[in-house]
Amino acid sequence: MQRIGVFVCWCGSNIAATVDVEKVSQVLAQEPGVVFSTNYQYMCSQAGQEMIQESIHKYNLTGVVICSCSPRMHEATFRKTCEKAGLNGHMVEIANIREQCSWIHKDKDVGTEKAVVLGRAAIAKVHLNAPLTAGQSPVKKRALVIGGGIAGIQTALDIADAGFDVDIVEKQPTIGGKMTQIDKTFPTLDCAACILTPKMVDAAQNEKIHIYSYAEVESVKGFVGNFNVTIKKKARYVDETKCTGCGLCTEKCPQKKVPNAFNLGLDNRRAIYIPFAQAVPKVATIDADYCTMLKSGKCGVCSKVCTAGAIDYKQKDELIEQEYGAIVVATGFNPIKLDKYDEFAYSQSPDVVTSLEFERLMNAAGPTGGTLLRPSDGTHPHTIVFVQCVGSRCDDGRGKSYCSKICCMYTAKHAMLCREKYPDTDVYVFYIDVRTPGKNFDEFYRRAVEEYGVHYVKGMVGKVVPQDGKLKVQASDLLGDRQLHIDADMVVLAAAIEPDETARPLATKLTASMDTNDFFTEAHPKLRPVESPTAGIFLSGACQGPKDIPETVAQASAAAAKVIGLLCKDSLTCNPCTAQPDELMCNGCSSCEKVCPYGAITYADKEFRGPNRTTLIRRMAQVNPAVCQGCGACTVACPSGAMDLKGFSNKQIMAEVDAICR
Amino acid sequence: MSVNEQFQPTIVAFCCNWCSYAGADLSGTNRLQYPANVKIIRIPCSCRLNPMFILRAFQRGADGVILCGCHPGDCHYTTGNYYARRRMTLLFSMLDFMGIERGRTRVEWVSAAEGAKFAATMNEFVETITKLGPNRRLEDLRCSKE
Repeated sequence: MQRIGVFVCWCGSNIAATVDVEKVSQVLAQEPGVVFSTNYQYMCSQAGQEMIQESIHKYNLTGVVICSCSPRMHEATFRKTCEKAGLNGHMVEIANIREQCSWIHKDKDVGTEKAVVLGRAAIAKVHLNAPLTAGQSPVKKRALVIGGGIAGIQTALDIADAGFDVDIVEKQPTIGGKMTQIDKTFPTLDCAACILTPKMVDAAQNEKIHIYSYAEVESVKGFVGNFNVTIKKKARYVDETKCTGCGLCTEKCPQKKVPNAFNLGLDNRRAIYIPFAQAVPKVATIDADYCTMLKSGKCGVCSKVCTAGAIDYKQKDELIEQEYGAIVVATGFNPIKLDKYDEFAYSQSPDVVTSLEFERLMNAAGPTGGTLLRPSDGTHPHTIVFVQCVGSRCDDGRGKSYCSKICCMYTAKHAMLCREKYPDTDVYVFYIDVRTPGKNFDEFYRRAVEEYGVHYVKGMVGKVVPQDGKLKVQASDLLGDRQLHIDADMVVLAAAIEPDETARPLATKLTASMDTNDFFTEAHPKLRPVESPTAGIFLSGACQGPKDIPETVAQASAAAAKVIGLLCKDSLTCNPCTAQPDELMCNGCSSCEKVCPYGAITYADKEFRGPNRTTLIRRMAQVNPAVCQGCGACTVACPSGAMDLKGFSNKQIMAEVDAICR
Repeated sequence: MSVNEQFQPTIVAFCCNWCSYAGADLSGTNRLQYPANVKIIRIPCSCRLNPMFILRAFQRGADGVILCGCHPGDCHYTTGNYYARRRMTLLFSMLDFMGIERGRTRVEWVSAAEGAKFAATMNEFVETITKLGPNRRLEDLRCSKE
């Protein structure tokens, strides 16, 4: 039998005004097991806490019930108070007689009666409480960053600066991500490559950073502080340690008709390629889908010209296992596919391009060497129409319901650059709204309109029809209340952005949650924006939502700070309220394993002593207390009732039910 | 219906720790009134609610039981409230089969910001149960108050 002390708080007049605290403490003193009951003006004050501690010693209390404000307010306070007096913190229960009693009732009799019932329920529960201690689990001092774009690079550099080892896993042959394809950046118009490539080199040269390029995460096991990750290094058929990146093979390869993915298919590359001049690592990769040697065994030109002897046609995918303390997701975004938007004639005319394709056409390292030319006939366009919100803020089921955030600004940039390079072009931008929140963003947009004379028209483009080498654009001008017909040479579509297609399978591997648009969800949208709800998984960049470069970098550094905070610790304190199976009742049916959102439950064979000195082996559920977050889903799924949750056990909750219904 | 006017139902509300318990606290902080018949039991997640607890409450003389959890998609544990929703759907159809009025049990999603919704839900629920009258069908008379 527990020896329970009851402490009723007045909370000044907050409780005492509508609850007769004296009466409550007297009535609760009559409950079985209660050896001491009192009330005091402010239990959370220094004097109140000392009174609790003295009573624990004086009456040799084994359980404490505090009738006060919400446990969300002071549960931690009172647990610490009791721990200082030598009583386990989990032997404290709080009866919430302020938020859920005194503040919602005006009648003192009603309030007092309810406070007594709530106190009884807490006493009934505390009778069944057991001391709980939180376990400790060690932290592996190494971080994994998935995705090597600007977000991943920044996170890795910051973590490495703090002295921890970091691995970057990038699925492309080079790190750099989307930013490598961008020409200029808004609102300063500095060149993206000039600010990105030094960072790529920094990452490659940093001793603490290891880059797995052309690699993917195969599987993730474990939990915060102790992730066990298998990385699949895809065969690039080139020995990375030998290749010098001279590029001779990429000039001699006879297979010339491979769409160049880096230039979004606007030109061709060879079957062996280096994505772009500043690639990191600067190593050639053979595209197995096009290489005739790999497909038919005939060719071998690259092997012959390679002076370093780096070509290895027999290379296989390689699996690498590594342990990590923390994982950062930085998988980024992609523009959506426009096959559902036939009205813009994207598939019919090569002169209708997406904004990212336009970016390549403007880029000095792009397929046209930075001269803006129509992809169809290589002539200079004189009228360019930009269409905003293609697939963004779209409720008809073809696109995305959200705002892609970056399109207004990059379109203003594109329009401005067109007018600056080619003052003879007419530039139209069709928009629903122009959204420019951000430092110097609105000034930038106004410059496009006022200084550069870009025609901004509020309204949507209804149809684009290719005709006689021109693009007939039909649009509405909502402010002028008229229909516009423009003979354009080029149409640029600001396609919505969506999470990378690898994000969802990755989220499954990480047991990290996603929203309906496949963006990773954060632990709290305001107060924990860079952490996933799954402990030890952090979010960096556009995988969490549409973002521009400054925001991405800020979030990347914030995620790094969180990772550093985690890796600095030698061990982690686990949640003590975890699930625990009853060994005698568990029959190893796997029901609990299926519902566990954290993968905390595994199975192991356990030996039991059978009759007549025999040994029985039975399969049993095992809960990893470092992973279990204590939701209790498994406790209900268990058909034999073997699974229970510490701190919220079946018996404890039923004791509360009984006390309330009594 | 003079009997029912004096009838004070016993109502057990199970609230998940992250959303609905905080929502209940908020309705207190905002001094929004709801009847004292409602007594709240804190559980970590709506998926912790074993259907057995509801049966036990009815057995011990509760007149109504309500479960409050995070809105679908907002569960602190990602998927807990979806489990709860399925389990309660099953339980409620069983209770229906047993002749327990459908109105005596309820699931409501209340976020930590919805103090007003919590109070309104409780007011409405108490009113419903008061109209339904005492629950006699599942009550175990051996546990009876008298």
